[in-house]
Amino acid sequence: MKSIPVSTTINGDPVEFLCTPDEPLLDVLRNRLGLTGAKEGCGTGDCGACSVTVNGRLVCSCLVLGVEVEGAQIETIEGMAHGETLHPLQRHFIEKAALQCGVCTPGILVAAKSLLEKNASPTDEEVRYWLAGNLCRCTGYDKIIEAVQSAAAEMRGEV
Amino acid sequence: MALDDQKRAFKYVGTTPNRPDGVDKVTGKAQYGADITAPGMLMGAVLRSPHPHARIVSIDTSAAEAMPGVRAVVTGKDFPAVEDQGFADIGETCMARDKVLYDGHPVAAIAATTPAIAKAAIRAIKVEYAPLPHVTDVDEAMLPDAPVVLEGRALEHVPAGMSQNVTNTCEFGHGDLEAGFTKADLILERSFKVGAAHQGYIEPNACMASYAADGRADLYCCTQGHFFVRAVCSALMGMEASQLRVTASEIGGGFGGKTTVFVEPVALMLSKKSGRPVKLVMTRDEVFKATGPTVHASVDCKIGMTKDGRITAGDMTLRYSGGAWPSGTIEMGAQAGFAAYDMPAVRTLGWTALTNRPKEISYRAPGAPQAVYAVESLIDEMCQQLGLDPVETRLKNAARKGTLSSYGVTFDDIGMVATLEAAKAHPHWSAPLGPNQGRGIAAGFWFNFGGNTCVSLNINADGTASVTEGNPDIGGSRASISLMAAEELGIPYDNIRTIVADTASLGYNDNTDGSRVTFAVGLATIKAARAAIKVMCDRAAAMWGIDAEAVEWIDGAAVPAGPNAGKFPPMSLAEIAAMSFQTGGPIAGHHEVNVDGAGVSFGVHICDVEVDPETGHTLVTRYTVAQDAGKAVHPTYVEGQMQGGAVQGIGWALNEEYIYGRDGRLQNAGFLDYRIPVASDLPKIDTVILEIPNPGHPYGVRGVGETPIVPPLAAVTNAVSRAIGKRMYQVPMSPPRIMTTIKGK
Amino acid sequence: MVKVRLWGTLRQWTDGQQDVDVEGQTFKQVLDNLSAAYPGLAPQIKRGVSLAVDGVIYRDAWFQPIAPGAEVVLMPFMKGG
Repeated sequence: MKSIPVSTTINGDPVEFLCTPDEPLLDVLRNRLGLTGAKEGCGTGDCGACSVTVNGRLVCSCLVLGVEVEGAQIETIEGMAHGETLHPLQRHFIEKAALQCGVCTPGILVAAKSLLEKNASPTDEEVRYWLAGNLCRCTGYDKIIEAVQSAAAEMRGEV
Repeated sequence: MALDDQKRAFKYVGTTPNRPDGVDKVTGKAQYGADITAPGMLMGAVLRSPHPHARIVSIDTSAAEAMPGVRAVVTGKDFPAVEDQGFADIGETCMARDKVLYDGHPVAAIAATTPAIAKAAIRAIKVEYAPLPHVTDVDEAMLPDAPVVLEGRALEHVPAGMSQNVTNTCEFGHGDLEAGFTKADLILERSFKVGAAHQGYIEPNACMASYAADGRADLYCCTQGHFFVRAVCSALMGMEASQLRVTASEIGGGFGGKTTVFVEPVALMLSKKSGRPVKLVMTRDEVFKATGPTVHASVDCKIGMTKDGRITAGDMTLRYSGGAWPSGTIEMGAQAGFAAYDMPAVRTLGWTALTNRPKEISYRAPGAPQAVYAVESLIDEMCQQLGLDPVETRLKNAARKGTLSSYGVTFDDIGMVATLEAAKAHPHWSAPLGPNQGRGIAAGFWFNFGGNTCVSLNINADGTASVTEGNPDIGGSRASISLMAAEELGIPYDNIRTIVADTASLGYNDNTDGSRVTFAVGLATIKAARAAIKVMCDRAAAMWGIDAEAVEWIDGAAVPAGPNAGKFPPMSLAEIAAMSFQTGGPIAGHHEVNVDGAGVSFGVHICDVEVDPETGHTLVTRYTVAQDAGKAVHPTYVEGQMQGGAVQGIGWALNEEYIYGRDGRLQNAGFLDYRIPVASDLPKIDTVILEIPNPGHPYGVRGVGETPIVPPLAAVTNAVSRAIGKRMYQVPMSPPRIMTTIKGK
Repeated sequence: MVKVRLWGTLRQWTDGQQDVDVEGQTFKQVLDNLSAAYPGLAPQIKRGVSLAVDGVIYRDAWFQPIAPGAEVVLMPFMKGG
């Protein structure tokens, strides 16, 4: 299958790549661009470990084709911290022990950031439903919910 | 290495610092199995059997081999015969030889320049199968005329005349059952079924192998034990262990499922044949079909009880199947079933039978949840019938120090009573319930293990310390190990870095399993630190010109022991380290040991559910876990183990099972149909950590990781049964099963 | 003499006895003497067993001392997940 050139922006950087028409964005990120922070847990959109945003919209990158992101703005976990400064969500995930093995963590952080951009004061239930597409097998989710809420409080300037 | 002191005051142990791998894991930098690459690397793919049971007549790989970009093809014939039966069985799960034994059994593998070419080449391989009759249910597999999965695998103590699928039997217990049942006012006997649950780790099995022309090889993989990977892969490849270096990547969950190999030997053989590095990553479909879930089980349980709730006798028959190869899990289930109770008379009889399913691999407290589920469900039903309080009844029968356990050992200090008391005192236990709601309680037990462990601890010249250990960190163990090193050395946690070394850097370490790491690696770390402290005390003594015996280590510094030793100000670790090059050279301590003395642990869970009588859908509305952790080294991570284990058990109780069709094929090989709990399914999981010190560890640490998956099957069952007013005897309790019970069949 | 409690399955190799007396002062001596006295137990002992001594489970500890009068229980070789 012949490859197609694609121009896009990832975490603010201009990026050009070639990919085949059937190649998922996740494979492009991981195999062609060396951005392995997004993980493949299922390849079928069930686990959310590959979550990224495309033009501000939260997607499973395993269900988006590489050729679909021509001209788009993509944000991945690699763009979440600024230099040595972690995003509050990242910091609270570490402090609240919201990760054990950590393989679902990039996807959950991207999803949680997307939630807080839309809703700065979610209820626990809203957090749980928003993150229902992101599977975590280690934590039982409790500490993830706590970390999202404490990061949200900090981002609202309450701490 | 016995407990130092029950009332020792800890400075670092018991605090909750950030984990050393935290930043890498929240920024996407941490490298997991599928993230490792090498120059010139090929991509592998595996062809799998669509049949549950068939003879392989022929495999024609010629068309695949002729495809441009295909660099190697591997089938079972490429692997040498292996003498060790355990390794041979593992090898056959990685690549079939003469027969395929389950849907998804690997038949051939390809390495090619791109994933697309590898997938296309897989489709070009022609396999001729002669299908054989199959069996996927343990009860059916034990029938005398069942299709035989493997011949000649029964152990010597299995009675003659049974199906050849029956490979093992075991019996445990003590006391006079007949006399016990005679004393009972109520005797109930019930049959239970437990589906096979998968560990459900989010990271699919993955590895990257590089085999060099001179016979040396490097392997990177996500595993719970790279030393075991080296042992089994070198045997299967016919190479010396010293020539295979295995490096464990970060691991994206294991829960027992990554204590063996599936893709690693195949990648090594593809690399050997192609002369290039090969990456092999499973799809989720492959993970479900062809890695090991736990056993599925069928259980008959009979208990006798007096009117006031004293258990007089218990008798249980367990039938487990660990798939197409013999499995020893039945022995653990049969020992654990009644272990939480003081049983005047008890017998557990276990059977294992082969079925056309993938080879079972350990899943968190392997074998215990299935057996304990039956006991805890039946006790609850008897409490209902006799009008007894389920906590008081359990307290009345609880095992305690001096109790002869159901597996023959007399218990030392254990936490069963304390854990029950904690559950009873928790506000959850007395909170009101609404309509269609029910509350269940259940206890659980697990042994915990120690095992082979090596730790090296180096004192750096700047006054910090590096700890080198050999157990992949699946839940924060590097933090816990650093905490124990900090405690012993008397320097801050942040001055210590713990790393997991490859197989060439340390002696053998058993797998990260059996709830062993914080206990056993912690113990070896403490001993390694004490060895380094001995060297530092010697150096201080030499600098002061006094006897080495006259120096002791207090709060991170060498000090003269008593007024007769001489008057010198304390010499800190940093001061001794700074002068180490001048006083004899670098300072280190190490310790190698096969640890025993892991203390057993008990947990009690309380579960509230609301069952929709129209649909049978169950919502868990409140959940509390109480567990004995010995000394909790990093209490937040201990809570995480308790919460995570409980939620895995909740998933098993309500949703998770392998569903095989009449055609013997797995029908739900994906997260959509094999549904693990998601965030919106769950309430907060409340935790109560009890600390009953383990006499077998200097700080009193017990393993905590496995016990929390043991009680939930029964805790949820008891809650659902009370909510709907009828007893449930099968997990998972899917909505259709609950509706069938509500409607009375 | 050490009294070793066997699990029920193994009684068929010891004329129905659940507790058997053997000589031995260590883990390995006890197992070797068990195999010698009751050859039917040898295959299981060779495959792997654990020995609980006064409540502590030992898995491969050949030199673990066993005092006369200690509670000694033979168990299958145990592993976790």
